Amino acid sequence: MIDASSRTRESHGATALWRVALVGRPVFARMVLAVAAGVAAAGAAIGLTATSAWLISRAAEQPPVLYLMVAITAVRAFGISRGALRYSERLASHDAAFRVLARLRSLAYARLEKLAPTGLAAFRSGDLLARLVEDVDGLADLWLRVLIPYFTAGAVATVAVAGIWLLVPGASLALGGSLLFVGFVVPIFTIKVAHNADRRISGARGQLAAETLEVLGGAPELLVAGATEARLAGLAEIDRRLTAAESRTAAGTGLGALLAGLAGGAAIWLSLVSGIAALRAGTIDGVVLAVVALTPIAVHEAMSGLASASQHLPGLAAMAERLLDVMSTRDPVEEPASPDPLPIGPYGLRTRGLRARYTSAGPDALVLPDVDLQPATRMLVTGPSGSGKSTFAAVLVRFIEPSAGSVELVGSNGTEDLRRLAGNDVRRIVCLCAQDPHIFDTSIAENVRLARPSSTDAELLVALEAAQLSTWIDSLPQGIATMVGEHGVRLSGGQRQRLSLARALLADAPVIVFDEPTEHLDETMAQSLVHDLIEATAGRTVVMITHRPELAGSIAWSARVELGVGAAVSG
Amino acid sequence: MEGADVEVLRGTLIALAVVLTGRAVIAWAQEAVARRCSAAVKSSLRLRLLRHVALNLPDLQDGRASGEVAALATRGLDSLDAYFGRYLPQVALAVIVPIVVLACLATSDAVATITVALTLPIIPFFMALIGSYTVRRRQRRWEALARLSGHFLDVVAGLATLRIFGRAEAQLGRLERVTDDYRRESMATLRIAFLSAFALEMAATLSVAMVAVGVGLRLVDGLMALQTGLFVLILAPEAYLPLRQLGASYHASEEGLEAAGRVFAIIERAEPGGEDPDQTASASTATSQPGALLAAGVEPGPGGEIRIVGVTVRQPGRGIWAPFEASLTLRPGEIAGLAGPSGVGKSTLIDVLLGLRTPDAGSVELVDAGGTHVPVASFNRASWHRQVAWVPQHPYCFPGTLADNVRLGAPDATDSEVREALRTVGMAELDLEAPIGEGGTGLSSGQRRRLGVARALLKPARILILDEPTAGLDTESEATVLAAVRTAARSRGQAVLLVAHRPAALQIADCVVTIESRTEVTE
Repeated sequence: MIDASSRTRESHGATALWRVALVGRPVFARMVLAVAAGVAAAGAAIGLTATSAWLISRAAEQPPVLYLMVAITAVRAFGISRGALRYSERLASHDAAFRVLARLRSLAYARLEKLAPTGLAAFRSGDLLARLVEDVDGLADLWLRVLIPYFTAGAVATVAVAGIWLLVPGASLALGGSLLFVGFVVPIFTIKVAHNADRRISGARGQLAAETLEVLGGAPELLVAGATEARLAGLAEIDRRLTAAESRTAAGTGLGALLAGLAGGAAIWLSLVSGIAALRAGTIDGVVLAVVALTPIAVHEAMSGLASASQHLPGLAAMAERLLDVMSTRDPVEEPASPDPLPIGPYGLRTRGLRARYTSAGPDALVLPDVDLQPATRMLVTGPSGSGKSTFAAVLVRFIEPSAGSVELVGSNGTEDLRRLAGNDVRRIVCLCAQDPHIFDTSIAENVRLARPSSTDAELLVALEAAQLSTWIDSLPQGIATMVGEHGVRLSGGQRQRLSLARALLADAPVIVFDEPTEHLDETMAQSLVHDLIEATAGRTVVMITHRPELAGSIAWSARVELGVGAAVSG
Repeated sequence: MEGADVEVLRGTLIALAVVLTGRAVIAWAQEAVARRCSAAVKSSLRLRLLRHVALNLPDLQDGRASGEVAALATRGLDSLDAYFGRYLPQVALAVIVPIVVLACLATSDAVATITVALTLPIIPFFMALIGSYTVRRRQRRWEALARLSGHFLDVVAGLATLRIFGRAEAQLGRLERVTDDYRRESMATLRIAFLSAFALEMAATLSVAMVAVGVGLRLVDGLMALQTGLFVLILAPEAYLPLRQLGASYHASEEGLEAAGRVFAIIERAEPGGEDPDQTASASTATSQPGALLAAGVEPGPGGEIRIVGVTVRQPGRGIWAPFEASLTLRPGEIAGLAGPSGVGKSTLIDVLLGLRTPDAGSVELVDAGGTHVPVASFNRASWHRQVAWVPQHPYCFPGTLADNVRLGAPDATDSEVREALRTVGMAELDLEAPIGEGGTGLSSGQRRRLGVARALLKPARILILDEPTAGLDTESEATVLAAVRTAARSRGQAVLLVAHRPAALQIADCVVTIESRTEVTE
């Protein structure tokens, strides 16, 4: 049972790797170039050994030096070109890998762009998203560390075996057999051994990880209770078991090296023996014997990289699987085949029997009482966490499909169900200032301007002014060119929200949705932010979502909705 | 050779087979031994790290998440395998092999030996020269590269924002451009980085060629036997190989070295008490007390009040002092209430009182019967902790039985004492042997809090500190817990510090102190 499931997993991994490998097709020519350079470099190394062997043996027969000139020149050429070819191979293969990386990123991005944010809800934590991105980037190693080395090794092995075949067929059989062994049997064996070792260690490793978390998580209490020492002793005992298990598996991990070494040794020994037999039979002379005996050493040295290449495979397969899992997620929103044109503004909103859920089998995340929001009026949506407030915001900007009912955009010349409109058109009209707006690692100006790249500096400053950011920006030595740092670390919570507001104002969206703009802010800051948001959006249709309704007390709302968990109450 | 008899060669061929087999076995042994060493070193580093963190709680000082330390102690250290498996053996090889090869060469050909001996130092010289050059070049490009490589993550993380503004599709072109820039920048760096391998290979090849030319000429002139010639020629490249491989294996071990570096950075960070890391290592075998890690201080004598005087703690990253100049006095048999909005530093003040955190100003003093003031900081920490029972805001529940959890601070308590402690917090109905899972599963959050109180009540301490013990409890449970706290003060004479938000909880206090924070003044 376990075996069967692990076998299907392996085949999944192989399928995933194959599908990812196909991404490299457009860079095929460069791959061939890299492989060719690699083959030439290995060929030069083997040629150097073979011609040196020939040269020395021939020289020992003391012919006139002139007879040796060709070989001497060849040795020199091989010696110098080996380094140069190796250098070009490494550059060519890295260049190819970087180009594949660009393809991988584009493909992944094009897919993720359709999924975000609802289809990527599982990646909301920064760590998981970072791992997804690392997976995309890490998969470039499939070409750099596995495919190119393997193809290079395959070509070198074929040429070397064919060359020896012409001299001593028996020796070439030994060489060929040993190369197949090193190229395929040893890697499979190594991966299996590593897998088994992991299984033996994983129990103790899991225990250690769990206990480590307990000891660190409860550290202050343990310390004050005087129980730390006893707990550390228990941890040391688990650690001792893990270390013992690791030591036991140590013998297994070197077996790959042992097998490769034995195969290489066998090839050298058998080549020599069959060479000696050929020599005695008179089919070759002593000079060729030296070539036949020494070439396998150089060929096997060229194969030594395959061991590490195969070690990358399990990790790469896992990356490929994880990535394909995400990429094969269904689109959270279906775009209409032939979208209707937008009605003409000013715009209001109308909902009828609206419900939404994240999985088709799951419970409703949002149940909304019917709402009619007139143009240029404000609506307040409140409710505890889990009542579907953010889901409502997502429905309004077409990030999630309603499971029942509808949201309609009410224009002056008619009403359109959002589902009949193109998503990008909807988002031109309805702009969302999200709970945690993403601030890009660039300047303040760039961060705001992404809302409308064609905007002038003057328009930008007007938007920043309306968002009450001008005073702060004027105090900065570099003004709007100030870099905000990764995820906007140099901004406070309030400044991030105001920046997000400035974006919405610059985008000139007639309908603006604020999702929890006062999260992470203290009372006074929250009060002044809400006040500023309302003031800056005068004349627009506004949906304010918050779980702190007390902040919105003094504002005139034309509609109020209080959401409950699983049910909603209209007010 | 043509005339050589198979009988004569048989011995040599057998010897060759033995040598080849031996070589493979040694390759296996090298890896196996390296693994074992690595396992032992990882274990030692791990235990030192965990001991240090568990006893000194550096995360209280700089907000380092315990999850990060746990990841470092488990998976992070595994990257040391490459260091022990590849780099260290390679260092040994790089030192030993050239010497052995030279010694072997010396037995058969003096000229080749001298040539190799003279050209060998070129390799490390080149390595150092090129290495320092490329490192400088790389560092200059590093920032640009880091920014370009982070761009993809930044864009993916901001996809929702980009879609809201209809910029997501347009970003694809920019993403391609940036990735292309990244490729060009990286290739420029790599061209230089690979140059060192190229130069080393050329140096090695040319050196071998010098040896070979000499050998060839002497062979042609009949001054050297073929056997000697082949011997020298096969052996000479082996002298250069380990040195060249050293560079590559160093690269593979960098990650492990970084993990080890982070472990040492945590272990060796200077503690207020001045801890000696070596002492920690030896302490893991001995039955020492955690208190020995702090300055071996005074034993707290029997005393009266605990005075908190003007305690101020700077909160790094928040730009505030919280608490700011907090002062209050704990008296035996009395309950002191502590109030103030969240974030004002109430829990921080408790950390200071417990000796887990050093205040930036102010002090905590014990005033004994004779009226002598002794700063708590001078006490041996373990002895001080024996005097204190503490209920943190979120009591930690360890997997095990309920009774084990209650006994945390009083391991020798009898079953009936444990039951009595549970009864006073209104949890008498629970089975002592009830299993508690990871993170306290099996208990409601209110039960977890009350378990924390029961735990503290069971510990024979003279100071009882409770951080929001009734938050999230229903009115009935709250009343039970508060009654138990009152009994602790009135009947057992404990000095109680009670942190609470709710007025009901603070009603039982004899006095209530409200503390405040202050924004740091920056120029």
